[in-house]
Amino acid sequence: MKNTDTSSYQHFLKVVDCQHACPAHTPVPEYIRLIAEKRYTDAYMINWQSNVFPGVLGRVCDRPCEPACRRSRVEDKPVAICRLKRVASDYKADIHSYLPTIPQQKNGKRVALIGAGPASMTVARDLVPLGYEVVIYERDALAGGMMRSQIPAFRLPETVLDEELSYILQMGVECHFGEEISSLANLLQAKFDAIFIGTGAPAGRWLEMPGHDLASAHIEVGINWLSNVSFKHTEAAPKRVVVLGGGNTAMDCCRTAKRLGASEVTVLVRSSFDDMKASPWEKEDAKAEGIIIKSDHTPIEYVMSGDKFVGVLFEKVSSSYDEKGKRTLVSTGETLLVECDLVLVAVGQDTAFPWIERDIGVKFNKWQQPELNQQTLQSTLEQVFFGGDAAFGPENIITAVANGHQAAISIDLFCHGKSAEQDRPEVGFNLISQKMGIHDWSYHSGISHEERNLVPHIPWEDAVKSLNTEVELGFDEKLALEEAHRCLNCDVHTVFNEKTCIECSACDDICPMDCINFVEVDEGLVNDASNILEKLRVKEVNPEQELLVSPALKTGHIMIKDEDVCLHCGLCAERCPTGAWDMKKLTIDNIGATIK
Amino acid sequence: MSYQKSKFHHPRLPVNDLGLTYRDYEGALSTLCAGCGHDAITSAIVQACFELSLPPHQVAKMSGIGCSSKAPNYFLNKAHGFNSVHGRMPSVTTGANLANRDLTYLAMSGDGDSASIGLGQFAHVVRRQLDMLYIVANNGVYGLTKGQLAATADKGVTNKTGELSLFTDIDLCVMALQLGATFVARSFSGDKKQLVPLIKAAISHQGFAFLDIVSPCVTFNNHASSTRSYDYVHEHITTAAVTDFIPVKKEITSDCQAGVCEDVCLHDGSLMRIHKLQADYSTNNAMKAINDIENHKQKGEILTGLFYLDPNGDSFHEINNSSDTPLNKLNQDVLCPGNRVLSSINDSFR
Repeated sequence: MKNTDTSSYQHFLKVVDCQHACPAHTPVPEYIRLIAEKRYTDAYMINWQSNVFPGVLGRVCDRPCEPACRRSRVEDKPVAICRLKRVASDYKADIHSYLPTIPQQKNGKRVALIGAGPASMTVARDLVPLGYEVVIYERDALAGGMMRSQIPAFRLPETVLDEELSYILQMGVECHFGEEISSLANLLQAKFDAIFIGTGAPAGRWLEMPGHDLASAHIEVGINWLSNVSFKHTEAAPKRVVVLGGGNTAMDCCRTAKRLGASEVTVLVRSSFDDMKASPWEKEDAKAEGIIIKSDHTPIEYVMSGDKFVGVLFEKVSSSYDEKGKRTLVSTGETLLVECDLVLVAVGQDTAFPWIERDIGVKFNKWQQPELNQQTLQSTLEQVFFGGDAAFGPENIITAVANGHQAAISIDLFCHGKSAEQDRPEVGFNLISQKMGIHDWSYHSGISHEERNLVPHIPWEDAVKSLNTEVELGFDEKLALEEAHRCLNCDVHTVFNEKTCIECSACDDICPMDCINFVEVDEGLVNDASNILEKLRVKEVNPEQELLVSPALKTGHIMIKDEDVCLHCGLCAERCPTGAWDMKKLTIDNIGATIK
Repeated sequence: MSYQKSKFHHPRLPVNDLGLTYRDYEGALSTLCAGCGHDAITSAIVQACFELSLPPHQVAKMSGIGCSSKAPNYFLNKAHGFNSVHGRMPSVTTGANLANRDLTYLAMSGDGDSASIGLGQFAHVVRRQLDMLYIVANNGVYGLTKGQLAATADKGVTNKTGELSLFTDIDLCVMALQLGATFVARSFSGDKKQLVPLIKAAISHQGFAFLDIVSPCVTFNNHASSTRSYDYVHEHITTAAVTDFIPVKKEITSDCQAGVCEDVCLHDGSLMRIHKLQADYSTNNAMKAINDIENHKQKGEILTGLFYLDPNGDSFHEINNSSDTPLNKLNQDVLCPGNRVLSSINDSFR
């Protein structure tokens, strides 16, 4: 059993599950603590530095942090992290004075960004304060990319999006809206030092099945239809709408259709309800708005009656799983005809690079995705970088932002003649003791036992009447503070120093979660993990979570801390008579290209 | 300062026969010094009671005065408790036991409470063979009054301020053996592997069980010249035999190899399985136990483990032929049968 390497940040970052799960490594506990202190502007700025769009993400983030939240391992539900991010955005003061100053003297480097979605905007946010001249080309009339065209305003108000985009656009970015780049080869002639491609995954998939051509007037691709609604090209929906697909786009389509006048909206999906790709809260909200979701139905035909479109024919299936958990759909033989006037197809979307010539040096793989260095996001043509959905296919906003940061670091290195890979700066980290007195910590170490708060929303019957009224109201201050106190401060680490430990067992006696173990290692069995695990207070450890293993103590015993359900309450450190335990806050300087 | 321990507990915590987790046997959050050995004893008691599936409401926690005597507040908060006068816990426990012999009496005392002010009380409760577990948390100093040497401090050591121990120490285990205790053991607060089975066996034992636990005072007696510091005890502890406690219901899975291992059946049917580390070890020779303790002490070692066990010795109620029904369950007529019985008693003296 290996001693934990505590000289690097890796072990400690994994303990902060939320921050570790966030692609942009947003310091979640740090900003939640600031919210608990009502320092909303500071909380917002912490977010802004890591994820650029706190107001947007506080509403529509995929929230990889929440399933990771340690709280859900000690009680039912995780901290409402995403909702708290919105709190920071809702209650902040004017932040303009906190924004980085833009150097008058430019550094002489010009970078082109293609697409004005979250990835490109992040690159701009990181590079403009460093003195770069940034030029954006966007085929739509406004910035925002899929945040604007694919996310309906009842989930993400335009004002919120506009505000957060303006912080970046105001830095001084040359914008070419409504200008679609049709040839990368031509752009390469334009003397840019680097080009970043953040064009997303703009090609919605059709569902090729019998009747498609005849019925085509009644079929639309979900993301295109949403975009048309967003740019006000489509302002009504027919009475009966069928949505095919079970992801978040399908949920946005059905809820938008309802608001545009459809009275019968049915979502049909091949998978079981639980396996649907949509976020659970999206499914719940859709159902609350009176949308019918029929799972286990595979579409087999667009049905016409003469010239008249009738609807879609489905086959009922059931999901069966093999030992590896792989799903196969088994036909039940039953069919179902769902009559409708419009079919919205939301079964996936793809990247599209017809505008990148294949002979200019940017290599593509067999799936027609660019060949990229996973870390630097540099393509095989050294001055061309990718990020967001364009890089690896459809993901989400927060991944696009994280890519943007990485690409900005790479571009900055590349533009200064350095290798984006070899010369990449080390991630800086620091562990700072939170001790204020003998039994006093700089953070609120008491554990709140409150359950997760539900976010208030407007009445569902009003919600479906307005396309642009935001459904969720966000937490009020009381709920926000209560929710913020549920955070377990996982970034304040229990750091152990075996040299000062006197093995009095005070820490393992007091620990409410039985995390701490002092284990006698049988001779010759130091490397036998199963033998050692057998001696833990709670033997069944979570394989996803690492153990903190100390070198041998004076008696030869070793200290093993199971990080899995630690509450970070600090009792071990309070009970330690020699200060062998300390509560230390981890800070990571992970977004190297940004303003220091 | 945290005055609260979270009520959250590990989601995969085992439960005992009563469906309780060990957390259900905890008490208030300790206010003793951080690192106090007594807190480790508390934790061992919690673990032992949990493993024995004792119904907490059938336990009475008895104590006198001192850091040790505060400790019962920190375990089994659903049990009965009596924090009595300094050194007088044995008398109060005797009274309680007379009134209700059905409870488990778990007494916690210290070196001051038992070896100084309460030495007389201690001696007599051993003689009485009261059915109880008498624990002494022994740290060799009076921690509550800032670290004066206790009567159990080894002769020749100094306390934290440099005061020399001039007098011979009192060894409570030796006294208990001399006075006829039927269960005598010594352990160390920092060795739960040894301590928990001993507490379980001592609770299951019928009769007077004495357990002396070396429990370092982290504030006043954890310095370099102490013989009760964590480091000193870790370095000088020695054990004659390792004991396991096997409760009645548990199946015995391995054989006891003669010569190395010995099973002693307790009154309630549970077993003490003793793995001998020293070949001449025996559980039934009090005189040899006294010798062993003193011999090791002369070598500068602290001998721990089970010293003596007589599972068939008579206890207080048997010696006194007292009522099987606890007095508190007898009604007025039986307890006070009136003039007719009184006259017949008086007549018997005439």
